[in-house]
Amino acid sequence: MNKIHVKNLTKVFGSNPKEGVKRLHKGQTKEQILKETGMTVGVNNASFEVKPGEFFVLMGLSGSGKSTLIRLINRLIEPTDGEVLIDGQDITKMNKNDLMQTRRKKLSMVFQKFALFPHRTVLENVAYGLEVQGVEKGIREEKAQKAIEDVGLKGYENSYPDQLSGGMQQRVGLARALANDSDILLMDEAFSALDPIIRKEMQDELLQLQSKLGKTILFITHDLDEALKLGDRIAIMKNGEIVQIGTAEEILENPANEYVYNFVEDVDRSKVLMASNIMKKPDVITTWKDGPRVAMKKMEDAGLSSIFVVDKDKNLKGILTIDAAIKAYKENKWVEDVLESDFHTTAPTTPLSELIGLAAESKYPIAVVEENKLVGIIVRVSILSGLVLGKEQSEGMKE
Amino acid sequence: MNYFTLPLEDWTNDFVYDWLIPVMGGFFDSVSSMISFFINGVADLFLMIPAEIIALLFVLLAWKLAGKGIAIFTLIGTLYLGSVNLWEDAMLTLAVVVVATFFSIIIGLPLGILTAKYTVLDKIVRPILDFMQTLPSFVYLIPAILLFGLGEVPAVISTFVFATPPAVRMTTLAIKQVPEDMVEAARAFGSTSWQMLVKVQLPVAIPTIMAGVNQTIMLALSMAVIASMIGAPGLGSTVLAGISSVNVGLGLVGGLGIVVLAIILDRITQGLGNKNKK
Repeated sequence: MNKIHVKNLTKVFGSNPKEGVKRLHKGQTKEQILKETGMTVGVNNASFEVKPGEFFVLMGLSGSGKSTLIRLINRLIEPTDGEVLIDGQDITKMNKNDLMQTRRKKLSMVFQKFALFPHRTVLENVAYGLEVQGVEKGIREEKAQKAIEDVGLKGYENSYPDQLSGGMQQRVGLARALANDSDILLMDEAFSALDPIIRKEMQDELLQLQSKLGKTILFITHDLDEALKLGDRIAIMKNGEIVQIGTAEEILENPANEYVYNFVEDVDRSKVLMASNIMKKPDVITTWKDGPRVAMKKMEDAGLSSIFVVDKDKNLKGILTIDAAIKAYKENKWVEDVLESDFHTTAPTTPLSELIGLAAESKYPIAVVEENKLVGIIVRVSILSGLVLGKEQSEGMKE
Repeated sequence: MNYFTLPLEDWTNDFVYDWLIPVMGGFFDSVSSMISFFINGVADLFLMIPAEIIALLFVLLAWKLAGKGIAIFTLIGTLYLGSVNLWEDAMLTLAVVVVATFFSIIIGLPLGILTAKYTVLDKIVRPILDFMQTLPSFVYLIPAILLFGLGEVPAVISTFVFATPPAVRMTTLAIKQVPEDMVEAARAFGSTSWQMLVKVQLPVAIPTIMAGVNQTIMLALSMAVIASMIGAPGLGSTVLAGISSVNVGLGLVGGLGIVVLAIILDRITQGLGNKNKK
């Protein structure tokens, strides 16, 4: 079951929101409605699902409705139309008490400007969610303490928020959300107010925390790099509508429309493209049974000076250079006796940025290996073309 | 401009003399005796405690809340009040201020919280507060005498009327000024309205609320002086005696006494507000 399932969610701000929804159904645009009725469409017919343990990023520029959308999910803003299922329960139809319980037990939120309580210590801030639930002081402080340690703020329990730096304050915000033990974290531009270096640090730590704690995260950002780095899947919003949902790759490779295309155009591809995107099929290999003569012939045909050697199950055995093949032929040896192994291997998911260094220091292609099986090779030229052109074109070049 | 005659004067007099006093007289009498009991108790307490102890208490409070300079001023000020033989008057004025402020706060603060929450109530309360603040105080001193007689009771009532608005207004402002994201955070973690109020809004709003309380005390003090004209005892009566006998010296002595008391009360309550800020 999906953790969060948003169905046709719509928010119209103004005097008669239902009328606004009707007009949207009739096909009127946001601009027409604003002009004719003075009402603002905040979110228009948004639908998406977030799976358990997924890191889902909502990305859009300011005014795209992303902050409204995240507040519709815990009803800090009342939705006008549509459904929000949290663990299958429609939060839009809950009464006051059920809503409060859902907020307490299932949804925790982290805010852009931290929104810490200035009159409370770090420990009291972090324990707030448990405190309003009526959890006994000893227990809630123990849990808060653990959350504080999780975010690396041990020793600051008795400080006040204004004694901490921005990055540390947001750690408190994160700890406050974690202390509640809810499965879902709603993060509203949580790192946008931080310096770039602190920000990167927090992103890395959040990823670690997520893999450790298995939270489902709905993360909002206006920063595409952040979205690509963090998101298992990304939804791009424009003008209150979701224009595309997909993995980082899907969005980069197949932008749904010009808006998305313009967005992703300037992305630093080295951080997004992975080894599997730019690797070539290792179509020239010698099986374990081939002798040096066959290998030499294959290398000659393909214009190569070395070739990877695998066994019949495609397990990588080593690399055979043309010199070694000639030597083996002359001295009547088996290929396996003259194999070399001073080449680099990498996993299919390694980002392009990490391959650049590897490629520079090796005279052989990089072997892409998955469970010890050779799945592809990367030559220097693919890395360069991948950097410049992106995946589609570099694949085209290979043909 | 005289297109029609509005007999507001007659209506008011009819209302007061034909209904308010004969019908509600009993009610006002009991209110009067309650307030009288209250204020006499406070005044007796202040007069019972030796002046030195109260003065020392003031100095310590000033030192704790407002710093060394104000503590020294408080010491000199209290010595002044004693040396011009105004200590008793100062304590009687203080009693009126304390009782009026007490009522202003126990009514003004909750009202301010409610008006911050309910816009409709705010729309009703706001013009009433305007009325209370701008209507010349003598206008309600007259009915206060009619209803409560002369003395400290109408003084407390009219002081209450004059001093309550800032308590209400500043509380409303303070609650509304609590940053939206803190309120959102409190809601997002599933706080009830009451939890939100006592755990987040009030603590964050305290410095501004204290500024309102400070204003209430200052206004109460200024009104307590004016109220001496309807027979309230205290520093105001000394000033009034100075005015009516054209005794410039006596007027100055009483006037300085009021200033001294005002500064001491102001700095101490301000210090209280600032202390809450941290």
